[in-house]
Amino acid sequence: MQPLKIADKVFHSRLFTGTGKFSSNEIMKKSIEASGSELVTAALKRVDLNNDNDDILNHLKIDGVSLLPNTSGVRNAKEAIFAAQLAREALGTNWLKLEIHPDPRYLLPDGEETLKASEELAKDGFIVMPYIQADPVLCKKLEDVGTASVMPLGSPIGSNQGLQTRRLLEIIIEQSNVPVVIDAGIGAPSHAADAIEMGADAVLVNTAIAIAGNPVEMAYAFKLGVEAGRIAYESKLAKVQNSANASSPLTSFLSEL
Amino acid sequence: MTFYDEIKNLDWEESKQDIYSKTEKDVLEALNKSSNRTLEDFKAFVSPAAFPYLESMAQLSQRITQKRFGKTIQLYIPLYLSNECTNGCTYCGFSHSNKIKRKTLTEQEIPEEVESIKNLGFEHILLVTGEHHKKAGFEYIKKAVQLVRDHFSLVSLEIQPLDETEYLELTKYGLNTVYIYQETYHEENYKKYHPTGKKSNFRYRLETPDRLGKAGIHKIGLGTLIGLEDWRTEALMLAKHLQYLEKKYWKTKFSISFPRLRPHQGNFTPNFPMNEAELVQLMTAYRLFNENVELSLSTRESANFRNHAMKLGITTMSAGSKTEPGGYAKSTNELEQFDVNDDRSPLAVCQMIQQNGYEAVWKDWSNYF
Repeated sequence: MQPLKIADKVFHSRLFTGTGKFSSNEIMKKSIEASGSELVTAALKRVDLNNDNDDILNHLKIDGVSLLPNTSGVRNAKEAIFAAQLAREALGTNWLKLEIHPDPRYLLPDGEETLKASEELAKDGFIVMPYIQADPVLCKKLEDVGTASVMPLGSPIGSNQGLQTRRLLEIIIEQSNVPVVIDAGIGAPSHAADAIEMGADAVLVNTAIAIAGNPVEMAYAFKLGVEAGRIAYESKLAKVQNSANASSPLTSFLSEL
Repeated sequence: MTFYDEIKNLDWEESKQDIYSKTEKDVLEALNKSSNRTLEDFKAFVSPAAFPYLESMAQLSQRITQKRFGKTIQLYIPLYLSNECTNGCTYCGFSHSNKIKRKTLTEQEIPEEVESIKNLGFEHILLVTGEHHKKAGFEYIKKAVQLVRDHFSLVSLEIQPLDETEYLELTKYGLNTVYIYQETYHEENYKKYHPTGKKSNFRYRLETPDRLGKAGIHKIGLGTLIGLEDWRTEALMLAKHLQYLEKKYWKTKFSISFPRLRPHQGNFTPNFPMNEAELVQLMTAYRLFNENVELSLSTRESANFRNHAMKLGITTMSAGSKTEPGGYAKSTNELEQFDVNDDRSPLAVCQMIQQNGYEAVWKDWSNYF
């Protein structure tokens, strides 16, 4: 499998994971290990930046795993930029998953504010990975202002509904010059495999692993799903045909001419 | 246009009859929907007809809650700043007619309480007062918020209702959440329970969430005082209030609490007592109706009840609460608003949460947001 490069980092796993909703930090850690994930996102609001012994951060000190702080909870670009700067100073990473969702119910991202914050943060040296709607034009605009990837949603966050935005994701994947990471809504390993088969560069999965009956096993299942999807993608999937392939009854005369 | 204009068109008796006429068929239909449950479904869930389906409601409520909030319970602790009160609420231990010792923490005493609370591990603090505009008015509250904000990730209030401009000013000092319980949506009887003091103004209290929404507060906590009036009808009014607020103040989060009247100084006997099974029915009905609302369970309920109920839709719990001003640094139990029923230490509650297979979350906000 080809590795994935985002900014200066090379990833051998195309499964990114999260840290929310787990029943304990121990189970979170074991799940991340089982997933093989090399990039794990954590909400800044959950970690104590002033505490060197923060329990969540301590459990994320895993070999080969990088931290991707996220701005979940902020409501506009100004708050996001402020949070990002604090995080960079305290955590020593300029990687950032930019999440701006002013709507606390469906947690749908605000494209306008995300674009504004992305532009400033990218200029300021951040490696910005913005969580956004499956909006192809917004993805191109984000690419233009210097984001390291785009992270369109498959369906509302935590909904486990899979790739409800499929047609738009296909356009985004076709047009993008930066890695496309499908974030939110992936509820089963088959959804993850589906996204990667389509050509998405990676997926980010949290809820489906965290609230599974056995999160560690589920994390492993996602690892396999993503790997299967990628191998299939690289092996060039046979195209879906809508009808049977007739043996040239209409054009065979051409060879007889 | 506020919720007062909406509630004027709602007839209490009609709404009550509507709930009581729901049938088993209505309950089953509501249960079998996969999402987008309506107020009609909610009426079925709080109706007597739903009682035989409590187990199904609990199972579903647990599943929905875990999907949205994970296997986590957020912890908070109340800090009672003052038990001074000019209101004469017939059910409350702080009522001005009750002969109890009165106390308002001074600027020197608040840091002592903060230190004791910090030692327990809390990051979310709820500041509580009675209603006394001279001794614990807006300026006092503002000072208190300033004194505590640097020590906690999240500061919330449960105090007298304020004006929009006052809330707006407090948000600048880091105020995140305000809990404002309507006590009862029955306007006529509201006046009987709140005969004197500023709290006797039903409309001003009812419109408080509107003022909070306009001031851009992050989270608004709603609730009724269970035991005053028919709880099923109260629940329907609250559900309507929630629906109205969510549509109007779309950036705001909401939370519902379930304060249930228990014996206290002043000897108020609940007019409409609610038992534990009915409390579970109410909690799970809210969850099935609204997947995103936070549901909070305080130490008014017993340890045994909380051990089990926390898994059925609850997202937030208090622990180790003292309901008397100064109670953390020096407990005397002389000044309290109500007897705490679950008097376990925060550590013991935390262990119970973990034993239930949940993570106890101390911090879920940052005061720099």
